[in-house]
Amino acid sequence: MSIFDGLAAVEEEILKCMKCGNCQAVCPLYQESRREPAVARGKIRLAAAILEGKLEPTDGLAERFDLCLTCLACVASCPSGVKVDRIILAARTALTQKKGLPFIKKAVFTGLSRPRLFDLGVKTAARLQGLLFKNIEPGKMQPRFPIGLELRRIVPPLAPVPFRDQVAEKHAVERPVATVAFFTGCMTNYLYPEIGLAALRVLKAHGVDVIIPRLQHCCGAPILYSGAADMALKMARSHVDLFSSIQADAIITVCGTCGKAFKHLYPELLEDVPGYSERAREVAAKILDITQFLHKLPFNPELFRAPELAVTYHQPCHLGRGLGVVQEPLSIIRSIPGVNYLPLMEPARCCGNAGSFSLTHYDLSYQILTRKLKDIEDTGAQLVVTGCPACRMHLTDGLVKKQMPQKVVHTVELLASSLEEK
Amino acid sequence: MSVAQAIEALRRELGKENVITATEDLFCYSYDATADLPEQKPDVVVTPENVDQVVKVVKIARQYRLPIYPRGSGTNLSGGTVPIKGGIVLSTLKMNRILEIDPSNLTATVQPGVIIQDLNNAVAPYGLIYPPDPGTVATATMGGSVAECSGGLRGLKYGVTRHYVMGLEVVLADGEVIRYGGKTVKNVTGYDLVRLFTGSEGTLGIITEIIVRLIPAPQARETMLAGFSRLADAGNAVADIIGQKVIPATLEIMDRVTVETVENFAHVGLPTDVAAILLIEVDGIPEVVKSEAAAVRQVIAKNSGWIKTAENDEEREKLWSARRAALPALAQRKPTTILEDATVPRSKITDMLLVVEDIGKRYNLVIGTFGHAGDGNLHPTILADARNEEEMERVRAAVEEIFRAALSLGGTLSGEHGIGIAKKQFLPWEMGNSGVQVLKKIKQALDPDNLLNPGKIVDLT
Repeated sequence: MSIFDGLAAVEEEILKCMKCGNCQAVCPLYQESRREPAVARGKIRLAAAILEGKLEPTDGLAERFDLCLTCLACVASCPSGVKVDRIILAARTALTQKKGLPFIKKAVFTGLSRPRLFDLGVKTAARLQGLLFKNIEPGKMQPRFPIGLELRRIVPPLAPVPFRDQVAEKHAVERPVATVAFFTGCMTNYLYPEIGLAALRVLKAHGVDVIIPRLQHCCGAPILYSGAADMALKMARSHVDLFSSIQADAIITVCGTCGKAFKHLYPELLEDVPGYSERAREVAAKILDITQFLHKLPFNPELFRAPELAVTYHQPCHLGRGLGVVQEPLSIIRSIPGVNYLPLMEPARCCGNAGSFSLTHYDLSYQILTRKLKDIEDTGAQLVVTGCPACRMHLTDGLVKKQMPQKVVHTVELLASSLEEK
Repeated sequence: MSVAQAIEALRRELGKENVITATEDLFCYSYDATADLPEQKPDVVVTPENVDQVVKVVKIARQYRLPIYPRGSGTNLSGGTVPIKGGIVLSTLKMNRILEIDPSNLTATVQPGVIIQDLNNAVAPYGLIYPPDPGTVATATMGGSVAECSGGLRGLKYGVTRHYVMGLEVVLADGEVIRYGGKTVKNVTGYDLVRLFTGSEGTLGIITEIIVRLIPAPQARETMLAGFSRLADAGNAVADIIGQKVIPATLEIMDRVTVETVENFAHVGLPTDVAAILLIEVDGIPEVVKSEAAAVRQVIAKNSGWIKTAENDEEREKLWSARRAALPALAQRKPTTILEDATVPRSKITDMLLVVEDIGKRYNLVIGTFGHAGDGNLHPTILADARNEEEMERVRAAVEEIFRAALSLGGTLSGEHGIGIAKKQFLPWEMGNSGVQVLKKIKQALDPDNLLNPGKIVDLT
């Protein structure tokens, strides 16, 4: 039984919580709200109440379970080893199954789960976005009207041409040292093609053949984290079909959430699906964040040189705590000649974006971000590097609003821009 | 409909944002960190922002005859914040300002919702510390720890919370606000009400402001880990260290069950082939630290133990994080963790350790014992499964025996967690019926209608 079958599957996790309250010290949401339902201990009690039949699946309950960044800080610090994220996902799935998704989410997710329709929709939107959004400065837009998006939110424009339409499917180098399949993820494909291009350049510079499968689409994590396991299951299946048919040494991601979906969630979703469980595990075993892959190659710092540059690094939650990629990005960033690495006080603290959380709970999300901005300011760095397109978007939002001079780039963009032309 | 009217009045006086009534939220205030206790939802949770609002809550509670349960972070371990009779949970978490740090008088003035660690972080730049150091220092509030008179890892040398509370502002059951004590080192005016309210577990008044004593941070410290292959050797070493007139800041014991579990969780390199380990920290002036550490090493060797010293801050921090993880890590082994707080005079620590070991065997229970050996405060922690009623019966019987043993050795029911619901039935064992009567008279005098945290420490019937 998987967590996507409901709360019974996580009963043991729920019982493991001894209510010590240690999660309060690390939960970014609790620190803002100081209310018990905001922290893991409270939500675990609510999950238990549902299991015990003491609480019906109300809207109020769904709201409480929405109040979680899935940043995994509580999981990392829980001495009883409670996998809180599993309880949250199981509860969200159970609630969605009973109550259905909210209208907007359902519409968006239906789109996301139908790749061709989604692709067409986003491309159409890219052509029309000027009607809905105004440009603040290059690369930064703000919605003009209430369109279901938070009006104050600053977003990058949709790329005129998505990344996967800009590049060929197969990229061969002479005497390749490895072949990788590149899972681009939606944000890189539609919002930040420059991250995809950077990854491609850096991989090729290291002598790696790259395959960018055409038929890939959304990893399904946003859908899964909203509790719509049935939709996500279909997406997982199509990606397992696609990637298990490709001969590659590794499957590369540039987003911790996508990577975590492939590595942890697909095997669990497909555990009992005939013909899929083993292949899902094989695909999962090949998943590497791009910094992990480069680090193992091994990474060659001699290819790079940056102008004297003070850099700090924000660790994305799903990359760091989710996939355990903590040292590799730092090791790579620090080894680039010219880079002066200035650490954040709390590099692993969530920036507050958390997928759609920043859209549905903008004020809370922004409060959490404010602490991160202060931390960035205190380092004195000129450039913020991070390993996640969503964190990049959120951090940019805050830096623009606060009129701070720092720019944000993905780790692989720092690499590509420091690549010495040969 | 008096509850609904009371809630309406609370909303009017405190604002809607400070009155929580959704069922989903109330569920999250039906417990604290204590295992094996009944849970109960309150009717309403309020989050006052200042003392005036606390007074208003008290007055409304009186008018509608609703009990009030003050609550900080709810990390307490005696059922002290469970709203067992329904009514109003008063969360102090919005009253979380450090009002003053006064380095010339070595005091700090704080609101009850301040997290203990936050106070320590704030006074550190002045070269000062606030010594009480409960295991939950990163989460527990000042108000909660004063109300429970919490102890912690530095109790042996520095004492418990009560030794640092110099002044209090308290809202009484009739809504009057009183202030007792202050910044003077000497204050012997009248009955010692500061001490009375410290450790009163929210049953006599609601603490709204606290003046605490700070002390200079020790200049140096040395942290050591000692291992023993016999439990009795570890216990005797504790007594011998004190016998050598060395008062470590911390002198902690973890038995084999605890060490194995913590190591399994924290991977800090604790030895798992021992009957017990001691974690010892001496602090103070560098020369004194040096000679005290040398004395400790001698004692350990004499008691057939081995010892190693933390070489740097990183190693030291690792050892302490392992100790802090002891209780929650034990919780990994089985779903229900019953933590006790039996405390004996420190000369009796070996006897108590052996008694607990024997009780575990006789009742066929897994008991991990750790605690503040230096001050005689042990936490025998029974690992069980609440779903297994037969096992829970054995647990309850074992707990009773642990208390009886502690008392027969001249000890006490609680070293630092308080009485709450969990231990009130045993109070007569320690203080006799007449002793309990005195507690009741005090409660009766200050809260005749039994509205402040009813059902905790004593029942008024």
